Amino acid sequence: MKNAKHFIIAGVLVIISTLVLRWILSIIFANPIAASAEAASIDTLSNAHYWMISFLFSLIMVLMLYAVVVFKRQPGDEEDGPHIHGNTALEIGWTIVPLFAVVGFSIWGAAMLIDITRAEPGEMVVGVQGQQWSWSFTYPEHGDFSSAELVLPVNQPIVLEMETKDVIHNFWVVEFRVKQDLLPGSVQELRITPTEEGEYKVRCAEICGLSHSEMLAPVRVVSAQEFDAWVEEKNAAPKYAELTPEERGAIWHSAESGFAPACSGCHSLDGSPGAGPTWLGIFGREEALEDGTVVIVDEEYIRNSILKPNEQIVEGFPANVMSQEYENQFAEKQAEILANEGIEIDVIDDLIAFMKTLEE
Amino acid sequence: MRFILRIVRSKGFDALMAALLGAVVGVVVAGILFGLYTLVVVDMLSLVVPDFVANIILPAIGALIVLGHMAVGFGSGLGMFRGTTLGKFLFYGSANSLTRGLVGQLIATLLGIGFFNIFRVLRGEEATLLTEPSLVFGSIIGVVGFVLGAGVLTDWILWIGGHKTPLHHGAPPGKPEWFRYFSPDVNHKVIGIQYGVASLIVLLVGGLFAVLFRIELSRPGMQWLTFDGYNTLFSGHGIVMIASILLGVGAMVNYLVPLMIGASDMAFPRLNAFSFWVFIPAVVLILAGMALGGWDTGWVGYPTLSLVTPHVGVLLFLLGFYITGFSSIAGAINLLVTTATMRAKGMSLFRMPIFVWGAIATSLIQFSATQTVGMALTMSVLERAYGLTFFNPANGGQPILYQHLFWFYSHPVVYLFVLPGLGVISELLPVFARKPLFGYKWVAMSSLGIAFVGFLVWAHHMFVAGMDDALRIPFMIATLLVAVPTGVKFFSWVATIWGGKLSFETPMLFVLGAISVFLIGGVTGPILGTIPTDMQLHDSYWVVGHFHATMFGGFVFPFFAALYYWYPKVTGHMYNERLGKLHFWLMVPGFWVMSIFQMSIGISGMRRRIADYDPALGIEARQVLITLAALVIAWSVLIMIYNLISSMRRQPVAVQNPWRSRSPEWQTASPAPEFNYDAPIEVVGDPYDYGLEGSTYIQTAPTLAGD
Repeated sequence: MKNAKHFIIAGVLVIISTLVLRWILSIIFANPIAASAEAASIDTLSNAHYWMISFLFSLIMVLMLYAVVVFKRQPGDEEDGPHIHGNTALEIGWTIVPLFAVVGFSIWGAAMLIDITRAEPGEMVVGVQGQQWSWSFTYPEHGDFSSAELVLPVNQPIVLEMETKDVIHNFWVVEFRVKQDLLPGSVQELRITPTEEGEYKVRCAEICGLSHSEMLAPVRVVSAQEFDAWVEEKNAAPKYAELTPEERGAIWHSAESGFAPACSGCHSLDGSPGAGPTWLGIFGREEALEDGTVVIVDEEYIRNSILKPNEQIVEGFPANVMSQEYENQFAEKQAEILANEGIEIDVIDDLIAFMKTLEE
Repeated sequence: MRFILRIVRSKGFDALMAALLGAVVGVVVAGILFGLYTLVVVDMLSLVVPDFVANIILPAIGALIVLGHMAVGFGSGLGMFRGTTLGKFLFYGSANSLTRGLVGQLIATLLGIGFFNIFRVLRGEEATLLTEPSLVFGSIIGVVGFVLGAGVLTDWILWIGGHKTPLHHGAPPGKPEWFRYFSPDVNHKVIGIQYGVASLIVLLVGGLFAVLFRIELSRPGMQWLTFDGYNTLFSGHGIVMIASILLGVGAMVNYLVPLMIGASDMAFPRLNAFSFWVFIPAVVLILAGMALGGWDTGWVGYPTLSLVTPHVGVLLFLLGFYITGFSSIAGAINLLVTTATMRAKGMSLFRMPIFVWGAIATSLIQFSATQTVGMALTMSVLERAYGLTFFNPANGGQPILYQHLFWFYSHPVVYLFVLPGLGVISELLPVFARKPLFGYKWVAMSSLGIAFVGFLVWAHHMFVAGMDDALRIPFMIATLLVAVPTGVKFFSWVATIWGGKLSFETPMLFVLGAISVFLIGGVTGPILGTIPTDMQLHDSYWVVGHFHATMFGGFVFPFFAALYYWYPKVTGHMYNERLGKLHFWLMVPGFWVMSIFQMSIGISGMRRRIADYDPALGIEARQVLITLAALVIAWSVLIMIYNLISSMRRQPVAVQNPWRSRSPEWQTASPAPEFNYDAPIEVVGDPYDYGLEGSTYIQTAPTLAGD
């Protein structure tokens, strides 16, 4: 009967410990706000998991620590403990009960997965393009413009059609909970229904090389009216002819340009580190090169660095990182603008004009 | 063949090698002296030195130092100067298999690169020394050079020529006993110690990497590493730690299993030596990859990143990883044959010490899963360096194919890592609780159960990679099923200590710590197993915390428990108990804090494998805490290393069976004799019958009359 007493005390301790642990978990494992319908579902399942974690952890730890405290060997006691080999009923019990729990969680998880990935009527398609190391977004149902920020109307089911131009990336907005890889060679879908207006960030969650940690883009969930206004504004722009070279340069730098990879993926505007030198204060700056020479950053240097990126490498930055395809991409863009608006522009001139505005 | 061997084994060759090492040492010494001279005389004192001194006398002194060292080396090879420290160092430093292997690897790598270029020149192309294709070829030839240089292949090559080479036991002729540990020795205990020491050294290297990038991560913004440096360090940390764990598993399995089953050695002693020695060039390749510009793909090396990244280091990493597979497969075959055929009389499968079950389950995985990752790595190297297409969709490949092949090994491999550790827990608990292992057969079968289910869950690493639900859901069910046999282990452990007579020496503390940490890893797994919650936590720091808890609980803590527990067996000395306990009380809380807060910041949005994090996440305080905890763990491990080294000299010789264990390995002398048991043993009872009056597990087998 001594054993029964031990089990009762330990059992009570397990219950207390479970409750206390669940409370602690609610603090250290506190979720960020749930800003999508999927997040709300997932949080209910997480909650069940947290209860399970609290209970199972308490069960084993309390029993173990109880044994450690109560069943201590007395100094000098050389006798062995009781000769108990095992108990088949008990073994079957603790095989079967977890089995049921596992099946239960599996069914719940499968049902929820099907639910949160199901196509819904009236979905709005948004294109997501990942590239080393920036994001861009297109709106094929709203004039097919491209944007460097992801703007979504609240309570509107969205299907993200995601493509990568180089390596695997992963789309993750922590407030939306769900994430999905972008796989080279195919279009991956992710469904989200944003439910909370606010500003968030999309972060790449799959290692994608040098500047993986900096692969972020702003996300805004706005009211339907605000969204429509934003779409209208986006479609009105850009009349490149009406913009100054500096304004055009800012567009060419950002992911909005559609250049792959965008300049912004590697070159920050605020002095923060990246795969390439920051553009803050770049024009006229002295740069030490890998070959030991020092150059002043002028028009000629910039043009050469864009067209032949491996020729003049700034000290501390690796070669073979920057794309060598910009000449073609720029030529296409220039031809497109010439066809649409009848003006001749030079993307590199615009970029240089833009750089000149970035004084420290 | 024998002609070459005669040259290599001649005194002249020894002298040449020692002279070469002397030259290296001489250059280092002269360099240090010249540096000091520049610093003190030229820079600090600004003395004007006459031209002839600077131009003639100083270079002459330098040349004398180098030549002098070479001369001592040459002499030591011929048998002179062995009494002097320098002579001894140069002789043994150049004659051991590690040095000879490394020299062999270097020479063969250069030969391979040269050979590759001969073909280029013959085809009328220009010779370009360090292109990726020639580097790959050179590296592969380099590994062959290492094992040849280390002398691991010598017997086998002689067999080809029809020569008999009897198995040599003991130190190499003319060398002291300790030299065995630097030779391709065939004794399983020597090899076990080689594995163990190598594992700890590699563990320290991998741990150093972790500490370096943890310091970087403690604050937002880049403190002192570049993105490249960070990416290389975390990638290196992953694969180097995997190497360390594989070596640690090799250490435990090699040392313990033959002793535990009453065998005199492993079934294939030469293959055993090969398994260990081929691991060294693999580690060299991985570290060389880090030095040659590093790489940024993590240890998973997913294409298409691994194909397009500008870092050449990725190739050396892939090749090094590949070479470790040889060690794994050969070691596993050896272990399986040994346990199948060499058990003592009367030792039925259910009368084996429980650790052996863990070793068997691990070997089954190692033996059957390693090939697929080998395939994945080969395909990556061929695609990157030689232009074949498997994974790049731009050329018609499929990137997700790599992930399937990779995880078909790399998921079971985590069970491979933990099963021996869980075996250690099951092995030690009865000894320190003085009670039989609760449900022996269930615990044994749960090891096989984990190994089996472990083969059916690999795709849970790809839940967000773009798989169809029809594939994801079965993998989710299989993944959660792992909880069942794992649960059996936990419940059986608790039942084993329940009602026992527990004592808390360092090994027992580490076992209890292992259970608590493995429990953290265990209970935080199912939330990653159900796909909707995995969509939140996948690739976040939750995974980092969960994974480190399973690795520390399933391998690191039990490995350390094993090191303390069998230390008196291996060395004949007792470790320092106070330092052992200090190690424990630093490491357990340190680890708890580290892994729990890793999971915590994962929920807040911290991604894996990032060099820098967004301060907007509000996780800075927790990051600092994680870094501090990591530093505490690092220091505690250093305390253990100190303990293991110093106790060999200072502590008194241990009694033969300090833990009053029933297990066979404690019924023979410590350290065990060359062939383990002076006379064959026979099993006459169950292994864990603590508290059963008059029961014995093993006895010396009665010798037959006339034997």
